[in-house]
Amino acid sequence: MLRRNVLKVAAGAVAAAMLLTGAAAAQDVIKIGASAPKTGPLAGGAEVTHWPALHLWVHDVNERGGIDVGGKKMKVELTEYDDRTSGEEAIKNYQRLATVDKVDFVVAPYSTGLNIAAAPIIAQYGYPQLGATSVGDGFEKLAAQWPSSFWLLGSSTAFAEDLAGVLVKLRDAGAIGNKVAVVNVADAFGIELMNAGKPALTAAGFEIVYETSYPIDQQDFAPIIQAAQAAKPDAFVAFSYPPDTFGLTEQAKIADLKVGAFYVGVATAFPAYAAANGAAAEGVLGAGAVNPEAPGMPEWRARHKEVTGMEADYWASAMTYASLQILEQAITRAGSLDKAAVLAEIKKAPFDTILGAMDLSSNVNPKFWTVGQWQGGVYYGVAARGFDDIKEPIAKKGWN
Amino acid sequence: MTIIITGLLLGGTYALVAVGLTLQYGVARIMNLANGENLVFACFVAMWLFTGFAISPILGILLVVPVAFVINWAIYAFALRPLVKRAKTRGQLEVDSILSTFGLMFIFQGIMLLTFGGQVFKYSYLADPVTIFGTNYGLNRVVAFLAAVVITGALWLFLYRTRYGTAIRAVAVDPVSASLVAIDVPKASAFAFALGGALTAASGVLLSSFYAFNASLGVTFTMKALIVVIMGGVGDVRGAVIAALLLGLAETAVASLIDPGLTIAATYALFILVLLFRPQGLFGRRTT
Amino acid sequence: MSALTHKEWRAVAVSAALLGVAALLPVFDQGFVLSLSLNIVMYMVLCTAWTLFSGPTHYISLATAAFFGIGTYAVALGIGTLPFPLLVLIGAGGAALLAAVVGLATLRLSGVYFVIFTLGLAELMRQVVTWLQTQFGSALGLYVLTDFREMHIYWMLLGVGALVYLVGFLINRSRLGFAMRIIGNDETVARHVGVDTARAKVILFTVSGAFIGAVGAILAPRYSYVTSPAAFNPMISFQVVIMALLGGTNRLWGPLLGVIPFTILFDQISAYFPNHTSLAIGIAFMAIVYLLPRGVLGVWEDIVRLRGRVRIAPAGEKART
Repeated sequence: MLRRNVLKVAAGAVAAAMLLTGAAAAQDVIKIGASAPKTGPLAGGAEVTHWPALHLWVHDVNERGGIDVGGKKMKVELTEYDDRTSGEEAIKNYQRLATVDKVDFVVAPYSTGLNIAAAPIIAQYGYPQLGATSVGDGFEKLAAQWPSSFWLLGSSTAFAEDLAGVLVKLRDAGAIGNKVAVVNVADAFGIELMNAGKPALTAAGFEIVYETSYPIDQQDFAPIIQAAQAAKPDAFVAFSYPPDTFGLTEQAKIADLKVGAFYVGVATAFPAYAAANGAAAEGVLGAGAVNPEAPGMPEWRARHKEVTGMEADYWASAMTYASLQILEQAITRAGSLDKAAVLAEIKKAPFDTILGAMDLSSNVNPKFWTVGQWQGGVYYGVAARGFDDIKEPIAKKGWN
Repeated sequence: MTIIITGLLLGGTYALVAVGLTLQYGVARIMNLANGENLVFACFVAMWLFTGFAISPILGILLVVPVAFVINWAIYAFALRPLVKRAKTRGQLEVDSILSTFGLMFIFQGIMLLTFGGQVFKYSYLADPVTIFGTNYGLNRVVAFLAAVVITGALWLFLYRTRYGTAIRAVAVDPVSASLVAIDVPKASAFAFALGGALTAASGVLLSSFYAFNASLGVTFTMKALIVVIMGGVGDVRGAVIAALLLGLAETAVASLIDPGLTIAATYALFILVLLFRPQGLFGRRTT
Repeated sequence: MSALTHKEWRAVAVSAALLGVAALLPVFDQGFVLSLSLNIVMYMVLCTAWTLFSGPTHYISLATAAFFGIGTYAVALGIGTLPFPLLVLIGAGGAALLAAVVGLATLRLSGVYFVIFTLGLAELMRQVVTWLQTQFGSALGLYVLTDFREMHIYWMLLGVGALVYLVGFLINRSRLGFAMRIIGNDETVARHVGVDTARAKVILFTVSGAFIGAVGAILAPRYSYVTSPAAFNPMISFQVVIMALLGGTNRLWGPLLGVIPFTILFDQISAYFPNHTSLAIGIAFMAIVYLLPRGVLGVWEDIVRLRGRVRIAPAGEKART
């Protein structure tokens, strides 16, 4: 027993010595840690939106010779973990990134739920968290609790109000009546939007004729569409996640759901959505958007495809990339890898990103896209906060 | 009406899975907890055949079933047979077979995760509307249901109209007496186990044409099949079919009328009730 | 109850000393080693509690995740309104209650049905809790914010660990433990000699459930954000079964022999080969069935017996003459 203690003391001393020499040796790379789904229900979404944008950024930075830190160019080295779409795994991964890999900065996870789950642990280690894929209300409260957390993709109230606004435009144009069917996926994103969506729709004078939630691993969408159809809605709204967005659309097509507006959530903005549904995608509304014709955007999309081999989505891919641009510029402005100094810079000045000038001084980004629509094979923004290059929405005319 | 038809269409496919499991547990006396993985594996193969070689799932069954038969026979012969020989008591065999089929379950799952990744997969086959009583249903569901009816019918003819089928039923009732009347019990067990696996694989192929699936879905199906088997009475093919249709109806009704989030909860609740009040099955006789 | 023998005193003293050494760990490391040790202690308690019931009865319970989740949710729901130690007690009590109800309902079923039932139970709990949260809550998870650091959780778990060993030790020495050993050997015999088998099994299942619930409660602050898929994660149930059987369930300290190597191995696998975790679990199950039917403990006992026989044999012969 005594021997074991002696050994431990010795091991401690060795560890301390290593720490000292490690600090003395000059560092020439910036270690960045990332944790996001590679398996589990959200893997499909993360493989389109999160990982390619992150890889593109690492590629771009290293091609330029690295990030300028106090006049010295430092390349970026990425460590990746899979969180299996589980909050528990995400927390373990960030613990490991901080204590074992000892990374300089971390990339926020993918999705609203995982960002909320990981916020306390990321804050505990003092890393800035730039949540580029979380939509929700109450982010002001989270930001007050963890001042190192930033929320970029918008509030669910804005998403819901703007969706109601788009539906009002369609109603005024005579495309739809007053009856709406609303369903949501039982995950943070779906619940947040449902809670904000119902009052927003009711306030805009719509009548909710059918509503339900379904679990994140739902496999059969026929009962949902059939039940909605039985309520004879004029518009169908689903706050859905990637697999269900596809499943609901396919069932709507089979059942020939006759609505003048069809809205589905995450993944509507994926190029794969148009590929899977062909002509039936025309007129489908979806959560979030970008202006694919904004200055710099076509070139960025082309580079995204060239470097990662995948087409960027029409929504959060750009925000994910923009969040990393902000991190990069903040590091350069701080001139060091000190987490507190970089955090202070993120709060200070506007940044120049692929989405134009961005300001995170209040921790919650005020400028984001809320509703988009497939029009002639391209997904355009039809509603936004802080952007005014939007298109007018069109009615959904049949499924062929 | 819509609910009844959708429920029956789903129940038809469940019936195949459950008949597969009831053969394995009723005749071979192995509670195969890897049965669901068998099904999911068939889903992946069907998708691969369809997207890679444009072989339709209906033709795919003809390819998948013999392969599944051979694989399941091999599993029984090499992995489970030694346990049957080693076991001194029925209880010992039960514990061993549960643990080893759990092992198989995780190994299959792991292989599928490594090969295909964890995302949810779905492919479009015959996703066209068919109108029945004025409502549209997916053609793929109707085709899958009809195929399930044909396969179950063929199985019924085999079990009740042929000599070997009768022998297999005899083993299910009493292995000791069966061996007295010159039935090769080990061979019949291996055959039933392989046949059960093949049926499950067939249902996987059919299911994949209209159901989204991922590598870790197997357990859900194993549970559903178990519920159906226990409800129908272990080893009772007819009971399994009726119970499967009931489960399909119950799930669809809960999803449409109450909440889609409670379908699995509803099946488990049903299962618990059956276990507590009729552990011998809905149609089984009470034994001591 | 008889007084402790000399050998038993020695066992108690050695255990207490080892516990003391383990408690000093946070002094030397508060990073990765502590984190790993915390996992080891957690599984040590879970597996030992599991073995209390499943060791003698040979019933394979997969309800661990259900009990664990109840403990976790007791803390998640009550934190901020009630003191933490009380919440741990509530968690343990809730899990014990569920175990008692389940035990009364199902312990007369055969082994296979019991396994399936307990697996379904955790799944049912997860679904219902998720549904309740989406219907009546605004989010899918609950924050559990405390001032506890990993070392505090580690110390609390060590405390529960000491308690579970103590309880197990006392049960083994009691009439209940004796009854369980008879049931384990042959239940029919046990019933004939007047053992109330159902009562004995329910009591043990309840005690085991209470400890698992307490661990779930103590672990809640570690993950600061509690969701039902994490709290009722079926992997916990499977890992506990594997580690306990791998170690061996004939003795109280048997599971520990499985917990230490498997936790370390699994940590490495899940960090660096996340897609291989299922495969690793599957192989472990197969190894238990085909290579180590009585666990590491069984192999150890065989070795001891072989060496012992060589040494003892001459003495035995002398005694006979």
